[in-house]
Order: sequence, then C-alpha cells, then structure tokens
Amino acid sequence: MTNPTTTCDEHGPSPVLENQPVIVEVRNVNKAYLRGSHVIPVLQEINFDIREGEFLALMGPSGSGKSTLLNLIAGIDKVDSGTIVIGGVDITALGETELAHWRATNVGFIFQFYNLIPVLTAFENVELPLQLTGLSRSERREHVEMALSVVNLAHRMDHYPSELSGGEQQRVAIARAVVTDPTILVADEPTGDLDRASAKAIMSLMCRLSRESGKTIIMVTHDPKAAEAAQVIRHLDKGSLNNAHS
Amino acid sequence: MRILKLLIRNAFRHKLRTGLTILGITIAILAFGMLRTMVSAWYAGVEASSANRLVIRNAISLVFPLPLAYKDKIRQVGGVTLVSWGNWFGGVYIEEKNFFPNFAVDPRSFLALYPEYIIPDLQRAAFLNDRKGAVAGKKIAEKFGWKVGDTVTLKGTIFPGNWEFTIRGIYRGKDRSVDETQFFFHWDYLNETMRKAFPRRADQAGYYIIGIANPNLAGEVSTTIDGTFKNSLAETLTETEKAFQMSFVSMTEAILVAIQLVSIVIIVIIMAVVANTMAMTARERIGEYAVFKTLGFGGWFIAGLIFGESLVISLTGTAIGIGLTFPVAAAFADYLGTFFPIFFVERETVYMDIAAGTLVGIVAALFPTWRAVRIRIADGLRRIG
Repeated sequence: MTNPTTTCDEHGPSPVLENQPVIVEVRNVNKAYLRGSHVIPVLQEINFDIREGEFLALMGPSGSGKSTLLNLIAGIDKVDSGTIVIGGVDITALGETELAHWRATNVGFIFQFYNLIPVLTAFENVELPLQLTGLSRSERREHVEMALSVVNLAHRMDHYPSELSGGEQQRVAIARAVVTDPTILVADEPTGDLDRASAKAIMSLMCRLSRESGKTIIMVTHDPKAAEAAQVIRHLDKGSLNNAHS
Repeated sequence: MRILKLLIRNAFRHKLRTGLTILGITIAILAFGMLRTMVSAWYAGVEASSANRLVIRNAISLVFPLPLAYKDKIRQVGGVTLVSWGNWFGGVYIEEKNFFPNFAVDPRSFLALYPEYIIPDLQRAAFLNDRKGAVAGKKIAEKFGWKVGDTVTLKGTIFPGNWEFTIRGIYRGKDRSVDETQFFFHWDYLNETMRKAFPRRADQAGYYIIGIANPNLAGEVSTTIDGTFKNSLAETLTETEKAFQMSFVSMTEAILVAIQLVSIVIIVIIMAVVANTMAMTARERIGEYAVFKTLGFGGWFIAGLIFGESLVISLTGTAIGIGLTFPVAAAFADYLGTFFPIFFVERETVYMDIAAGTLVGIVAALFPTWRAVRIRIADGLRRIG
C-alpha cells in the first residue's frame, strides 16, 4: 500500500459544521466474534455522533475494530448490543429484508478492492443499485451518465473493469456509491489498493463529494495522509474509541 | 436488470470449465436419449399391436406347430371375424448378417388383418396372383436394392433348400410405428414344397392370427378357442397380440431394466458433475454475491443468479444433446435397422431429456444457493482481495 502525498485538493477539508443535525447516532455498541469456544470482543461501549455532511475518518491499527464498526453503521453486520440510529431510523431494530431495502436507499459503499462485477461494464456496474429503484430505463441512464461524469469516466462507460486501471475502477465504484444519492457514504480503505497518484486522485474526489455535494462520509483508513482529508478523525484501539478531534 | 445477459456472461466466464461441463451434459443427454429410444424400440412391437387381433400358438411352445385343420373350427368361434395363419420362415439372404424377419402367410387374410401395411393396388393384385410372389418392406428393399420384379433367393434354415421368390410388392407402413423390414410370401408355396419333400411337416401352421369384432371380448374368445382344443394333441394358447409381443419383450426384461437403470445413473453422474461446477463457481463468487447483498439485492436475487446460471449451462448442454440425438439415432437405425426396425426418437424422449436437463440444473444449484444465500455479508466481503 502507498500513501497519497497530499490529502485533499488545494482547498483542504471543509470546516466542521457544528450547527448541522446529527445524522448518525452510535450508542453503547458492543460486538464480539466467536472463534471456536472463545468470545473475542471487537467493539466495546462505542458512543459517538456524526453530523450531516461530515467527513469522518476512522483510524486505528489492524484488528482495532474499525472495519467492524463501519459494517455496523452500514447495516451489513449486526450489533450484539446497543443502537445505531441513522437519519432517524434505528437500523439495529430492522430485519434482514428491511435492512437490505434500507441499505439500497441510504448507503453508498466504497470498498478497498473496488468490488465491481467483472462481467458488467462500468455503466452496468453503476446502474446496479438503480435496478432496485422504480426508475425507468432512460432515467437510470441519465443518473448513471451523471455519476460517471462526476468521476470523469463518462468516456469509459462501455469498458469492463478488466480494461480499467485500479484508480479508474475505484472511481467507477465511487460513481456506483453515489448514483442513488444515499444518505451516507461508507468507504473501507478506499486507497488501500492504489498507487500514490491514484490514491491522491481518489481522495481528491472524495473531498470534492464532501465539500460540493455535502455528502456524509465515513471512511476507514490506517493511512494518516488519507485521513487528513477528513474533517473529523476518530481513533479506535482494541475495540474502544480513544479520542476524537476535528 | 438484463438478468439473462448477466446469467449468460457469468455462465461463460470460465470458458473451458463451462465448455467441458456442457460437453459432459451433451454426452449424458445424448446417451440418455439413445438408451430411452432403445427401450422404446424394444417395446415398438407391443405399442404397434392391435387390440382387434389375437394370436393363437401351441400351448407348449411357439416352436411347435398347430394343425391347419384348426382354422375351420376357429372360424366357427363366436366373435371371430377373420382367421389367418403363417409360419416363421427364418430364411437367410446371401449370408446370415443380412438378417430380416420373413414369414410364410396366407396372403388374403393376412393383408385383410394388417391394413397398416400399405401396398399399391396393382402390386397387391400381382402378389395375390403369384404363388412365388413376395412382398418386402420398404426399408429392406432399399437396403438390398430390390425392385418389383426382382428375384430373391432365401436359404431356408427351418425349411431346408434354396427358395426363390419374385418381389411383387413393396409395402410401406401407415405410420412410423410400423415395421418396414419384413418379408412375406405365400404359405401355400411353403406348404406345397413341404408336402413334396417332407410330407409329415405339411399342413402345419406355426401360429394363427385372428381378427375379432370387439376387443372387449378378447378374453372370452381366447377361452373358447383354448377350450375347443383342450386335451387335443396340440393344445392352444390364445392371447392378444399385445400380450404375444410382450412375451418376447419379457424374455429380455432384465436387459431393459439394466438399460433404464444405466440411463438414470448417467443423469445422476452428470448431476454430480454440474453440482461440482456450480459449487466451484459459487465459492469463487461469494464475494460478488456479498456485494450484491450489500447493494440491497435480496436472497432471491442471489438464488436467481445461481439457479439461472446452472440452468443456462445444463439447458445449453441439453439442447445440443437433443439436437445430436436425432442424427445419431438415424445413423443407428440405418446400421442396425433389422434388429431395431422401429428406431426413432419419440416426443416423450425429448420431453424426458428436457426434464432431465432441467432437473440437473436445479439440483446442481441447490447447495451452492443455500450456501451463498446464508453467508453473512461481512464474511463474504472478507473473501475478496
């Protein structure tokens, strides 16, 4: 893994908007995994808020529980105890089907390894989340083209992932994440698999999304340079939230 | 989504693996279809038999004859409309490998009892008027290049000597179920020759075939006939033509059961092969399925992807297999036409092929689907990278 040389573009991260309403409330969250007969605690009594439009970086060493916390907030894993309320919805109380529907409309995902479907073109990959909406074909096309133009890849929409570089694939993944205009964007090590230049471009793009579109972004990283792009950085260590600063 | 497009692209992502799996299914369906066709061919005589005809033979065994004198007594039994008789001749044309069934028959009653043999009127008349005349089925006539007017010599095996016949007619079947590989000639010709050479073997019929007015009376007619000849030197056994044909099939029933079993085993084997392919595929794509779930697609969508892909593969192989079954069956029929005179792929066989292919596709996808649907998203995503 390489580090970006700079974090955000020349404008830097936007200041934290203290007046913005809280969109994510994490309360008394605990999570443990079972390894054979051993219970391994991953997260212990986690409490924090995220304001609307905030760009938060979750940092910490490997095994600190940052990806687990991100998965819980994104609704792809279940808490053992505690609550997570996002946009007024207690997602810990939702069943599998309700949660899937909630994810489809409220969360955009950016993964470390892009996770594009290799047999679909960039256009089709970005179109995927829109399949679950009631949009017509022409409306979907419009949304996809707009999302791809935001990441400057409109000219590559007919290309398959294997025909794109790592950075380009991550940009397609970002387009896929934003195409449904979700409430929050979650990114798990978005620059972790990229070279220096590509990583810089991706962080610049995420900064732009935060600043210009006011997207709430929660990013897991253990790269301090990437974290500098965030307005708020929180550190996890051994399953506990150590400190918070902006 | 263009789900079919996604299924097809997924199915052919590993071209070699998918190609080999499809090849396996193709061969399995071809073998399954051929075996089922063979079983059908075995039963063809049974299927083609008429409910209006009864066969009378010697109660001890078919190899023992019945006196010709029985025909008048049989005619007098109530419900009997027509009486015909004949002998299995067992003649060889040039050499034994040229086997085809040949019979000495009473021509008028025989042709009246078997309207399914279609003979042009002129040829029919010529046959009836020529004691040394014979009628050959279209398939053997084509095989040996016989034409009307040709002289054909058969070497007798049961009735010694070289027997010369003039082809007076070539029959075709009313439909595909009629055997077109048989050869018929005048029973009188046989009987007169036997009377001169082996007088003790004269005036003996190998079997009688009778027409009855009402198939529902078959049991009653049979009982009456057999009762008539009870305690005679040649007691009779009368049965429907279907039962008579079935008695031949029963002799080889063990083989038929084995063939049917093998055809099922083939499908089970290919099911395991496709299940293995689908298990490998699903295991490799667990991460992708997790991505779909993350984006909000439910278990039914994942199940649809796996079942769809499995069905694309199995039905592609099935379609190719069915397509190949027809020419292979035709070639088989050409080569072994005299042993399997009615050998064609029945519509039911095609339906069974499709059912087998669909079943393979569905069963092969069950376990991978169960696994993919149950896996936690976080665990699935962990498999990537």
